[in-house]
Amino acid sequence: MRLWKSKTSRQNLITLAMVTVAFAVLFFLNEGKVLSRSFSGQLVPICVYIVMALSLNLTVGILGELSLGHAGFMSVGAFTGVVAVAYLQQYITSPVPLMLVAMLIGGIMAGIAGFLIGIPVLRLRGDYLAIVTLAFGEIIRNILECLYVELDGGALRFSMFGSADVGGNFIISGPQGASVPSKLSTFGLGIGLVLFALIVIMNIVHSKEGRAVKAIRDNAIAAESVGLNLTSYKMKAFVTSAILAGMAGVLFAMNYSTVEAKKFNFNTSISVLVMVVLGGMGNLRGSIIAAALLTVLPELLRGFDDYRMLIYAIVLILVMLLNANARVKQIKLACSQKLRSLFSRKEASK
Amino acid sequence: MIQKNRTKLVPLPTDILIPERDIGKQPVLDIRNLGIDFGGLTAVDSFTLAIGPTEIAGLIGPNGAGKTTIFNLLTNVYQPTRGSILLRGIDTKGMTTAQVNRLGIARTFQNIRLFGGMSVIDNVKVGLHNSIKCSFASSLLHTPGYYKAEKKARERCLELLDFMGMADMAQLRADSLPYGAQRRLEIVRALATKPAILLLDEPAAGMNPSETAELMEQIVRIRDTFQIAVMLIEHDMNLVMGVCEGIAVVNYGKIIAKGTPEQICNDPVVIEAYLGKKGAAAHAAEG
Ligand SMILES: Nc1ncnc2c1ncn2[C@@H]1O[C@H](COP(=O)(O)OP(=O)(O)OP(=O)(O)O)[C@@H](O)[C@H]1O
Ligand SMILES: [Mg+2]
Repeated sequence: MRLWKSKTSRQNLITLAMVTVAFAVLFFLNEGKVLSRSFSGQLVPICVYIVMALSLNLTVGILGELSLGHAGFMSVGAFTGVVAVAYLQQYITSPVPLMLVAMLIGGIMAGIAGFLIGIPVLRLRGDYLAIVTLAFGEIIRNILECLYVELDGGALRFSMFGSADVGGNFIISGPQGASVPSKLSTFGLGIGLVLFALIVIMNIVHSKEGRAVKAIRDNAIAAESVGLNLTSYKMKAFVTSAILAGMAGVLFAMNYSTVEAKKFNFNTSISVLVMVVLGGMGNLRGSIIAAALLTVLPELLRGFDDYRMLIYAIVLILVMLLNANARVKQIKLACSQKLRSLFSRKEASK
Repeated sequence: MIQKNRTKLVPLPTDILIPERDIGKQPVLDIRNLGIDFGGLTAVDSFTLAIGPTEIAGLIGPNGAGKTTIFNLLTNVYQPTRGSILLRGIDTKGMTTAQVNRLGIARTFQNIRLFGGMSVIDNVKVGLHNSIKCSFASSLLHTPGYYKAEKKARERCLELLDFMGMADMAQLRADSLPYGAQRRLEIVRALATKPAILLLDEPAAGMNPSETAELMEQIVRIRDTFQIAVMLIEHDMNLVMGVCEGIAVVNYGKIIAKGTPEQICNDPVVIEAYLGKKGAAAHAAEG
C-alpha cells in the first residue's frame, strides 16, 4: 500500500495493470483459438514493436537524444540470437530457457554496440547522435548482408562474403539472411519481455539515474552545475535502450523461419520513431498503444502499403507542428485539467 | 609546453579583504589575476579577489561588465585565459563544471535554468543526486535500499524547500511556478549540493519589493544556517548594500573598487562608472 500512496508509483501500477489485463485477455483469446489467423500471427510482432517503442522512448523521450538507427540494435540482437539458438540448442533443449539465454546474449551484444557508439558521440552536445545512429543502422545492415556463419560439427565458423567450401550448415548466409533453427517465440514470451522492458524503464525513470537523465534533457548546463556527469548518465540510458532493442530483435527473429538483414532498414527505425512521437515523448503508455496500433493497422490496410511511409512522414510532421503550437498546447492543458477535475470529483463523491 | 601553475599557497596579498571573523581561516575562494579573452574582446582581466568561508560578498557593475563571465569562469564553464582559482585551497584548473560543484561551488543562473518538465521536489532531488546512496542495480530492482534512500532524499528536499518557504509547492511542475519562486527554487537546488560557496546571479531580478526583502533575509539565513559563503551579482542596490559585507565593483572586466558597502557608496570611481563623467559631476555638485 506504500506504493499506492505516491502518485508516480500509482501511475506505474496503473500502466502495468492495464498492460497485464490487455495481454491476459489476448492470451486467453489466442489460446482459445478465438482470434483470426492473421491477427494471432501479429501478436508476437506487436510485443516486439512495443518493446522497440518503449526502449526508443527512453532515448528520445526521456534522454532527449534523437536516434535514427534503432532497428540496427534490433538486427544485432536478431542475428546474435539466431546464432546463439543454433549453437546452444545442443546444450539447452527446453525452448523457454533457450530463448531467455538467447535474448540475454542478443541484448548484451546490442548493448555493446550501443556502448561503442556512445563513447565518441555522447560526449558531444547537439544532434550528432542522430547522424551517427543513422549511419550505424545502414552500416550494420550492410555488414550483416555479407556475413556468413556456419555451424560445423558443433563449432561456429564466421566468414565474410561467403566461403568457397559449400556443404556446411549455414546459419547466416549473407543476403539470404539467417535461417532460424526453430520457431521459439511465443506470445507468452512476448508478454514477458514487454513487462520486463516496462518495469526496467519505469524503475530507471523513478530512480536518481532517471532524474539525472531527465535533468540533462531539460537543461544540460544546469545539470552539470549540480555535479552530474552528463556522459555517464546519457550512456546508461542509451545502452539500456540498445539492450532492450536487442532483446526485442531476438524475439522478432525467432518468430519466423528466416530473417533478412534488409528487414531492419531505415524504414523500420523510422516506424518505431513514429510510434514514439505519436504516443508522446516520454509517455510509456502512449508508446505501447501507438506501437500496437501501428503494427496492426498496416496489416488491415494492406492496400495502402505503398503509401505507408508517406503517411508516416505526414503524421510525424503534423504531430511535431501540433506539439509546437501554443494554441494546441493550451487546448490540451485545458482538456487534461477538465479530465482531472472530473476524476477528483468522482473520488470526492465516493 | 604550457607550464601548469599547480597549487602553491602564498600569503594573501594585502589588498584582498575578507571579514574579520574569517581572518586566520582559509578563504573559500582565492582568485588570482583571472582573465579571459573572447577573440579580441577581453571580457575579464586581472580579477583578484578572496572570499572568506562565511562571507556574503557582492559583485556589481554596469551591464556587460563581465560579472556573469566571472561566475562562468569560477564554475569552469569557460576555461580562463590567464590566472588561477583556488577553491578551498585546491586549484580547479582543468576540472569539469561537475567536479567543481562536487568540490564546493553551487550556482544559480541569470536566465533561470530549471529542469522545467520535472516537479519542484524532483529539481531539488537532482541537486541532492551525489549524496543519495543507491547503486544503479538497486535503482533498477527497486530494492529496500532504494526505498530507504528515496525516503531520506524526499525528507531532505522537503526540509530544504521549507527553508525557503516553498514546501507547499513541492509537487508542482517547475516551469509552472511564478518568476520569484523559480529563482528561489534555483537556490534550493544549489543548496542541495552542499556547497561551500553559493554563487547567485541576479537572484532578485523580476522580484517585487516584498519578495526582495524576503530574499535578503533568506540569504543571511542561508549563510548563518549552513555556515557557507555567498557571492551575489545584483543590480538592486538596496539588496547589495543591505546584505553584502564586502563588495567588488567591475567595469570592462576589471575590478575598479573593493570595500565595504559604505566605502563603495562613496567611491567617486564607482559613481563615475555607473553615472558617467557628467553624471558623477552632477552627483558631486548635489552632494
Ligand atoms: N561566450 C561569449 N563569447 C563572446 N563574448 C562573450 C561571451 N560571454 C560573454 N561575452 C561578452 O563578455 C562581456 C561581459 O558579459 P557578461 O554576461 O559577463 O556581462 P554581465 O556583467 O553579466 O552583464 P549583465 O549585467 O547584463 O548581466 C559582454 O561584452 C559579452 O558580450
Ligand atoms: Mg550577467
